[in-house]
Amino acid sequence: MARRAVLLGALALGLALPALAALTGLDYGVGVATRILIFALAGLSLNLILGYGGMVSFGHAAFFGTGAYVVAILSQHASLGEPLVTWPIEIGGTESALIAWPLAMAVAGLLALAIGAISLRTGGLYFIMITLAFAQMLYFFFVSLEAYGGDDGLSIWARSTAGPLDLSDDVQFYYLVLALLLIVLALKARLVASRFGATLAGIRDNERRMAALGFPTYRYKLAAFAISGALAGLAGALIANQTEFVSPSFLDWQRSGEILVVVILGGMGTLYGPVAGAVAYLLLEEVLSQWTQHWMVVMGPLLVLVVIFARRGLWGLVERESPDGGGSRD
Amino acid sequence: MTEPILDVRGLDKTFGAVRACDGVTLALDPGELHAVIGPNGAGKTTLIGQLVGEITPDAGTVRFRGQDITGLPAHARAARGLARSFQITSLFPRLTALGNVALAVQAHAGHSFRFWRPAAREAALIDPARTALAQVGLADRAGTRAGALAHGEQRQLEIAMALATEPRLLLLDEPTAGMGIEESARMIALLAGLKGRVAILLVEHDMDAVFALADRITVMVYGRVIATGTPREIRADAQVRRAYLGDEEIGDEEEIRGADEVAP
Amino acid sequence: MLLFLEQVLNGLQLGVMLFLMAAGLTLVLGIMNLVNLAHGSLYMVGAFVAATVAGWSGSFMLGLIVALPVTALVGIAVEFIALRHLYERDHLDQVLATFGLILFFNEAASMIWGPRALFLDGPAWLSGAVEIVPGAPYPAFRLAIIVVGLIVAAGLYLLVTRTRLGMLIRAGASNREMAGALGVDIKLLYTLVFGLGAMLAALAGVMAGPIYAVEVGMGEHILILTFVVIVIGGIGSIRGALVGALLVGLVDTLGRAYLSTVLKLFASPATADGVGASLASMAIYILMAAVLVWRPKGLFPGHG
Repeated sequence: MARRAVLLGALALGLALPALAALTGLDYGVGVATRILIFALAGLSLNLILGYGGMVSFGHAAFFGTGAYVVAILSQHASLGEPLVTWPIEIGGTESALIAWPLAMAVAGLLALAIGAISLRTGGLYFIMITLAFAQMLYFFFVSLEAYGGDDGLSIWARSTAGPLDLSDDVQFYYLVLALLLIVLALKARLVASRFGATLAGIRDNERRMAALGFPTYRYKLAAFAISGALAGLAGALIANQTEFVSPSFLDWQRSGEILVVVILGGMGTLYGPVAGAVAYLLLEEVLSQWTQHWMVVMGPLLVLVVIFARRGLWGLVERESPDGGGSRD
Repeated sequence: MTEPILDVRGLDKTFGAVRACDGVTLALDPGELHAVIGPNGAGKTTLIGQLVGEITPDAGTVRFRGQDITGLPAHARAARGLARSFQITSLFPRLTALGNVALAVQAHAGHSFRFWRPAAREAALIDPARTALAQVGLADRAGTRAGALAHGEQRQLEIAMALATEPRLLLLDEPTAGMGIEESARMIALLAGLKGRVAILLVEHDMDAVFALADRITVMVYGRVIATGTPREIRADAQVRRAYLGDEEIGDEEEIRGADEVAP
Repeated sequence: MLLFLEQVLNGLQLGVMLFLMAAGLTLVLGIMNLVNLAHGSLYMVGAFVAATVAGWSGSFMLGLIVALPVTALVGIAVEFIALRHLYERDHLDQVLATFGLILFFNEAASMIWGPRALFLDGPAWLSGAVEIVPGAPYPAFRLAIIVVGLIVAAGLYLLVTRTRLGMLIRAGASNREMAGALGVDIKLLYTLVFGLGAMLAALAGVMAGPIYAVEVGMGEHILILTFVVIVIGGIGSIRGALVGALLVGLVDTLGRAYLSTVLKLFASPATADGVGASLASMAIYILMAAVLVWRPKGLFPGHG
């Protein structure tokens, strides 16, 4: 019962937020809320492989950042009127969300497929380190792209166009992001209950048993990894629009760490955990940074304490029964 | 002359200085219940590891249903009908008994790249799962979390999961391990009921079970097969008596078998 | 040719520093089964302490002598306060908790020493160049690093294979409970191992100071390189750490020096420069990927 109440309350708050922000004069609240929703989406994508699949990826920012860059690069070419490639056919840039965002997902997903193909041949600690290393590799790749700003990053002239919606209006953008998040949540709920979801959960809980039953576990892990990457790419496309700027720092490992924190803080392996985690983490960041510029010095030990003492995360407090997750397997 | 369903020839496996398996050869006919016995350290677990695909043999071949499966990974062998149970119970503790078996059914019900329909409501998965549970006598425990089942029930669940995959060969690794007299008797009855319908390779320490069930027995000591034959032949074999069955020997004591289980 | 020799030496120097980091990390990992992301922070602490002391006293050596035990103490304190609770946890928890420690250390360093980089000059008596091969002067300090690193490698080898402590370390690695049952004080052993790892990291940090800058965040960059080394070498293996470190050091240095040049044979200078720079920075990760495809558990999987 408590769960339902919390969910409905959160939904109501989410829907009413821009109005509340306007009323209280905290206009920047819409931007903060949008950022929270985008990080929740990134957390959802990681949770699929981490909480439900038991794969600890410390390089998820690679897919997040790549999605952002796809949008930024396409936008740059569109606004400058330069084609992206001229051979064999001419492909121009675009500012249309209907093209750029799915493309961001596709590129991120394919990247995840490639990285996963190699990384998933290992497990445990090796997997953690390898995903971190690959993300770092991509970070350096984008740093070396002088044409797209290199280390300084790339500004985006305008947000994507999305048919009748005007995304330059923060409120409209917020509602679009909220809608996307709700759709992804619904789809994920479906996926988790499906055969594929059951397979993933089985792999997480007892991979050896799954193989003995006849499941080619590598294939399912790889598929989950690719889907997860694509979703992270979508979050990246959204963040690029939100900040109207991308830089290689979107792929650095602090970013990967933050997405991990969002998932763990909220409750691994639960559907709504990442949303709770994003809210908690980013609000904490907002509050603490008002107080001191050095808020990280508090956040760090806080994180350590949470890991040591409050492992089940926030959603674990709401869900009375043990969530369908928790604890990676090494 | 029917081809053996399982044809093992000359399996060798050495770990460092230990020869765990030395030229192990045995064969099973379809429908046969073949027991493998031997003292601790005889190499039984290593043998199973090589049969299911978790350990790569240094030499030798394994043929299953006429095909060479020596190089195949575990999941491919399972997909071909080679099912196993684990010596140390290996289930999905968070799922119900029904959920455990349904997952086993799912493994052999086509691929699992299905993202939409809720698996928990698929009759194609649930019905065969219930049947398997009934076969092992766990029908009334279907809704209990596997982690909450009694030890004996968990061992039964392992069998149910193996059965749910519609196997041609069942590799059972000490199914009565840790069971009391009553539970063991139940398990023996269960296995007796399966005889003839599916080939079974049974690794066991419980001599009552072995002599009650086996069509043939293979005896292993220090990695080598020292005898193969019917229960009567084995009982009479002097070498076997000396090495294993003799009254003063170690044989069927319940010992801590930690060293036997190869870490994954 | 002489330039090539210089680059090879540079590669060895980087490799040796990576070895110091990797040895400490892999010891802790192999023996205590603890992933410690904050290992890079210890590297940073060592560098900062040395820079501060050297700044006051004007002596690099004094800075080094002070930095080693101080960092070891910081490491032991961290072990006592935070890491002790993580031994029984899975690697994910350890990664997250030590990630939190990194955030703390970076911010604390920024608060204590400010956001700008510090400078650490090498000792005066090593500021010249040595002609190892006539006509090829090589910075004495860098040469010293290589020598120090090799000495440490030899010392570690002797420690692990020839001493009682090394035996205890190996015993603790393969069977914690048994070693404990035999009367080995596991807690003390762990503390010693951790302190040793911290000192190795500090040594690397102090030696790195004069070559790279002493700044917040320096630990993370080398930490990831260290991970690559360990993945390539094999978790828990000191031999693997050495081989992996030298490999990574050489590939990275030579790649940066020569990739663009090699590419110029095939493509236009502009393309070669651009692609060359990208590839150079990705080179070691490509190396790692290649090793993993061939050997998923690294070159010397040993323990782990």
